[in-house]
Amino acid sequence: MTDSRADTASLTDRIRAIKAGAPVFGVHFLGDVAVFVLGEEVLLFADAGGERRVGVHAGAILAAAAADWRIVTGGDDGRLVATDAQGNQQTVATDEKRRWIDHVALGPDGAVAWSAGKTAFVRTGKGEVRFLDAPSTPAGLAFAPKGLRLAIAHYNGVTLWFPNYVDAAPEKFAWKGSHLGVMFSPDGRFLVTSMQEPMLHGWRLADGKDMRMSGYAARVRSLDWSAGGGFLATSGSDQVILWPFQGKDGPMGKQPRLLAPAQARVGVVACHPRQPVVAAGYADGMVLLLRIDDGAEILARRPGASPVTALGWDAAGARLAFGTEDGEAGEAGVLQL
Amino acid sequence: MSDKIPVTVLTGYLGAGKTTLLNRILSEPHGKKYAVIVNEFGEIGIDNDLVVNADEEVFEMNNGCICCTVRGDLVRIIDGLMKRKGKFDAIIIETTGLADPAPVAQTFFVDEAVGAKTKLDAVVTVADAKWLKDRLKDAPEAKNQIAFADVILINKTDLVTAEELREIEARIRGINPYAKLHRTERAKIALDEVLGRNAFDLDRILDIEPEFLHRDDHDHGDGHHHPHPGGGLKHYHDEEMQSVALRTEKPLNPDKFFPWVQDLVAKDGPSILRCKGILSFKDDPARFVFQGVHMILDGDHQRAWVEGEKRDSRIVFIGRNLPEEKIRQGFESCVA
Ligand SMILES: [Zn+2]
Repeated sequence: MTDSRADTASLTDRIRAIKAGAPVFGVHFLGDVAVFVLGEEVLLFADAGGERRVGVHAGAILAAAAADWRIVTGGDDGRLVATDAQGNQQTVATDEKRRWIDHVALGPDGAVAWSAGKTAFVRTGKGEVRFLDAPSTPAGLAFAPKGLRLAIAHYNGVTLWFPNYVDAAPEKFAWKGSHLGVMFSPDGRFLVTSMQEPMLHGWRLADGKDMRMSGYAARVRSLDWSAGGGFLATSGSDQVILWPFQGKDGPMGKQPRLLAPAQARVGVVACHPRQPVVAAGYADGMVLLLRIDDGAEILARRPGASPVTALGWDAAGARLAFGTEDGEAGEAGVLQL
Repeated sequence: MSDKIPVTVLTGYLGAGKTTLLNRILSEPHGKKYAVIVNEFGEIGIDNDLVVNADEEVFEMNNGCICCTVRGDLVRIIDGLMKRKGKFDAIIIETTGLADPAPVAQTFFVDEAVGAKTKLDAVVTVADAKWLKDRLKDAPEAKNQIAFADVILINKTDLVTAEELREIEARIRGINPYAKLHRTERAKIALDEVLGRNAFDLDRILDIEPEFLHRDDHDHGDGHHHPHPGGGLKHYHDEEMQSVALRTEKPLNPDKFFPWVQDLVAKDGPSILRCKGILSFKDDPARFVFQGVHMILDGDHQRAWVEGEKRDSRIVFIGRNLPEEKIRQGFESCVA
């Protein structure tokens, strides 16, 4: 059962296909270079000059985050590695117990956060390393857009940590259940988590007011803020669910916007960096570009053999890279808009 | 379906011989590769390429119910292991002696990503022939592990007398008459008795008859035969943990059965550890099979009833202080 979207405007002929040769778990741009994060060991770099593979871990790549000139990856080899667009590598940290590096986040002024076991670490731009033990194993990390503040998602809530203020007690945002991912809104007013259950939870930071966002068919594994931060686009349903965050109460008391219903589930979303447009990757391999205002659709990729697992825009929003889980040797590609 | 990675869960009280069994599995020349998830406080070293240390994190779901739990560490670790899919054939999870097997099992039903890539094969419990009797008195975890098991190894049988062995077997049967029982020394057992059991596979819920003691109750040289009726079986009823088995030859009404069983597990789920059933619905040519852990039920039509096959409905609950009479009456009211 696939969606032909036969009457939809299409850009599918502008895809440059890339044989990833392995499942793709993420994709990021470093300038003009698309960097595909493969499941094991390797980053695949693709640019106008071709493709090359760079081994970064001796095992699975468990987490990746990219900003500015580098992509930072955490592996089950206990290492945290920064790689630049030329493929030059630098080991940022090695866990002394060789535990899995489960999560990575990049912050302001070159700060890097990661977690291993129950401990969250921050390496500041000045190279100082601080750590904090979370109440349970961190399941997500996110830096606040301003200042050095790190949100750590865990069982029964989020801990907000100020690594530069050694004496300041971390702030706690409590909500029962297992929180698996965390994000700040771009204006820093809201904190949103995805939960073990098919729902999101949120807090308004100013007063800790709770927000519940439910109605999903499955766990929400992908979240992204629209350009300007007006909407939070989410996976987890057979359409893209966008929660409005313009008002002071966020999405409370408002209906989400629902776009592009399909026969397959949305697995990953990525918002255009400048326009009110979201890219959605479906479990049947389809990729759609959706205009948030009116829901207009453009077919970016036809359904394929395996679920879309990664989407990423370049900084200008001129290129969209995608990757898939399996099948056809982990096919991937870059769409030139 | 078959490309899901099978997962075997090894439980057992401290010192019973779990790690001995694990090392035996890993060292036999089976040509298979295992990913092993061990708890941080493992007793002795594990010799294997892919060993992951887990901190057993039992997370309640946010429905407010204490029995609806997942193992957060397994959700995370299995997600990570799946990135190395192809590097191993199966996963073995060794739990701590104090672990409750239910959250482990529930993780495979509750977490969609885990359930999509892996399948629970069986819960294997290693029991210490000498000490289990005491543990059943003072450690609720030990009783849970027996009640939950698909396969039980009564280990260290060389340290007890034949009489003590019969006693402990009867105690185990009083709690869980459905598990496969094996007597072992130093956890020595054929691996196909513990691996590849498909105990949680709906297609394999064929036989839920009690697994009574083998009649070949080994003669340990005491020269006596015990000519009791029933093969010298002692019969115990555990005061707290028991099983309720129901059967009817009358076809059931699905519109009565499903509301009843859902209501039962919604109310008594915390005390029901496991349930299994094979059902014959009125005017339905196919067998319906189901299983459950606490409040989580999983069921499907399995296959058509075969000509000449006895079309009856059988259902088994294992749990703590089960309201047997209420369950029995409820089940009977589901007759079409
Ligand atoms: Zn429950």
